[in-house]
Amino acid sequence: MASIALENLAHSYLPNPGGDNDFALKQVNHVWEDGRAYALLGPSGCGKTTLLNIISGLLTPTSGRILFGDKDVTASSTAERNIAQVFQFPVVYDTMTVGQNLAFPLRNRGMEADYVTERVQRIAQMIGLEADLQKKARGLTSDLKQKISLGRGMVRDDVNAILFDEPLTVIDPHLKWELRTQLKSLHQEFGHTMIYVTHDQTEALTFAEKVVVMHEGRVVQIGTPKELFETPAHVFVGYFIGSPGMNFIPVSVTGNKAHINGNTIHLHHDYGNPQGNILLGIRPEFVRLSKSDGLPVQINRIQDVGRHKFINATLFDTEINISADEGFEIESDMVKITFDPANMGIFCNDWRLNGKAIDHGNGGTV
Amino acid sequence: MEKTVNQRAWLLVLPVLVLVAFSSIIPMMTVVNYSFQDSFGENIFFWVGLEWYQELLRSERLWDALGRQLLFSFIILMIEIPLGILVALSMPKKGISASICLVLMSLPLLIPYNVVGTIWQVFGRADIGLLGRILSDLGISYNYSQNAFDAWVTVIIMDVWHWTSLVALLAYAGLRSIPKPYYQAAMIDQASRWSVFRYIELPKMRGVLMIAILLRFMDSFMIYTEPFVLTGGGPGNATTFLSIDLVKMALGQFDLGPAAAFSLMYFLVILLISYVFYTVMITIDKDEAKQ
Repeated sequence: MASIALENLAHSYLPNPGGDNDFALKQVNHVWEDGRAYALLGPSGCGKTTLLNIISGLLTPTSGRILFGDKDVTASSTAERNIAQVFQFPVVYDTMTVGQNLAFPLRNRGMEADYVTERVQRIAQMIGLEADLQKKARGLTSDLKQKISLGRGMVRDDVNAILFDEPLTVIDPHLKWELRTQLKSLHQEFGHTMIYVTHDQTEALTFAEKVVVMHEGRVVQIGTPKELFETPAHVFVGYFIGSPGMNFIPVSVTGNKAHINGNTIHLHHDYGNPQGNILLGIRPEFVRLSKSDGLPVQINRIQDVGRHKFINATLFDTEINISADEGFEIESDMVKITFDPANMGIFCNDWRLNGKAIDHGNGGTV
Repeated sequence: MEKTVNQRAWLLVLPVLVLVAFSSIIPMMTVVNYSFQDSFGENIFFWVGLEWYQELLRSERLWDALGRQLLFSFIILMIEIPLGILVALSMPKKGISASICLVLMSLPLLIPYNVVGTIWQVFGRADIGLLGRILSDLGISYNYSQNAFDAWVTVIIMDVWHWTSLVALLAYAGLRSIPKPYYQAAMIDQASRWSVFRYIELPKMRGVLMIAILLRFMDSFMIYTEPFVLTGGGPGNATTFLSIDLVKMALGQFDLGPAAAFSLMYFLVILLISYVFYTVMITIDKDEAKQ
């Protein structure tokens, strides 16, 4: 096993790519550390699968290099890279039994029969298919088939990384949770590097230690689920992570003050005097309804979803969402909102600004 | 829900009933009628019961023709199915070349049987045919009108030329329906080209191949025009397959009774073999799905 490094990697499906828009995957530099669990998160068509297929060697990148450890594998075949990949739709060899399916990659590599049998037994045990080894693979349900694909990847003990391309898409909802938990425990037990592509934030956040968020062919942020939630680096991350997503309010900023319609919001950091499209970002969880303090809003609707209440309101022409705990009593004269100062972010032309920390004796309230 | 009785529905099925009656049922029953009777002309018939059937089952002529027929169908299946798969595998997968290939492949299928026969008949003639002339100039003795083996080879080549593309097109359709991840998974599993064929492509093509085999079997079992145009069933009786024998009996000798019995048995044999074939196919499918 080794770390996987991407150096200036870019890919276009066109023969002679010109501008930035021709690239399905724009330049990426990233190191996947050995033994970590990553999620590659982004909407459909953002280049996740392209990136995954480049790592596994199914696609050759237009430019850039891929290194496994110190070895350049950009031109190596899939088999040489020792990568396992689980696809969106379960791929099993229909005419073979479960056992033969699991043994297939080993047989193709000319391993000895004793070793193959032993490995297949072990893997079957790990993924809970020991009882089904003699069954034909084609009659199985899709979650079992997906387990077989996973097992075929793990059966090689020298596998460098296991890649998952939206593997739970065709699985029944009640089994998704179970399979994901199983994956996670397999990862903890055996320490394979895992890269998990998904467009489902819950999947990404529960599975991975680090989440790589992609948007329009670009990696916009790499971070832990907590970082993505608290300090999104890009407006897209704010929108995409969280349900509902982050609120963005157009403001103008000078120093540690944000101005909106003649009102001033005190910020935790000093942002200087940024120019461009300035937005204040705040998650619905950090907005409070109140009777007297803060900015005036007009409440549009309230949804009670059980554990939370979601309030949709309008603040100076901007629609914002507020999340309140179930126990929170909403009264008819609550027409003001306050923001939790520690959790506000300022974004300039879609990217988060890193302000200077300042001493704020009495700041922080609106 | 209450159903209204509407007898006018009969009017809707009437055209089909009439059509089927005149095109199939009435002619078929006439044949059945003939097969139990003898006639000496003048439209006078005598009831003979099962005599024609018994006589035919005892006659070597029928068994010989059936043997030739089975051998012929077996040979062309053994050639056309693997060849069709091979062609399908080597066809381009997409783009303009794929379309051109598909059009070229379909051309033989559009040519009438009779024309196919004539093309090869002329092509193979030793005096004026391109193929026949070249072969004889090369010192290879080839004469389909005198040598039984040459006649067989010619008829088989005709059929292969005419129908392999049908198998290829069906197999191609089957291949195109295999999702890409199967090939990608095989690459990751380091499967050889043969393994990809054996474990992915062949199983996925099974359905269409079964149809191809069934179609080619039924059609080749009824072959008539090509050997008829080439040698009229000769040399001797070498290429006298069931249909040719039947026509000789019915029209050449005008033995209406035996010919009718013959055609009914012929029909039943095709029906039986196809039925057995189909049942086996379905059973395998169900068994595998169950497991």
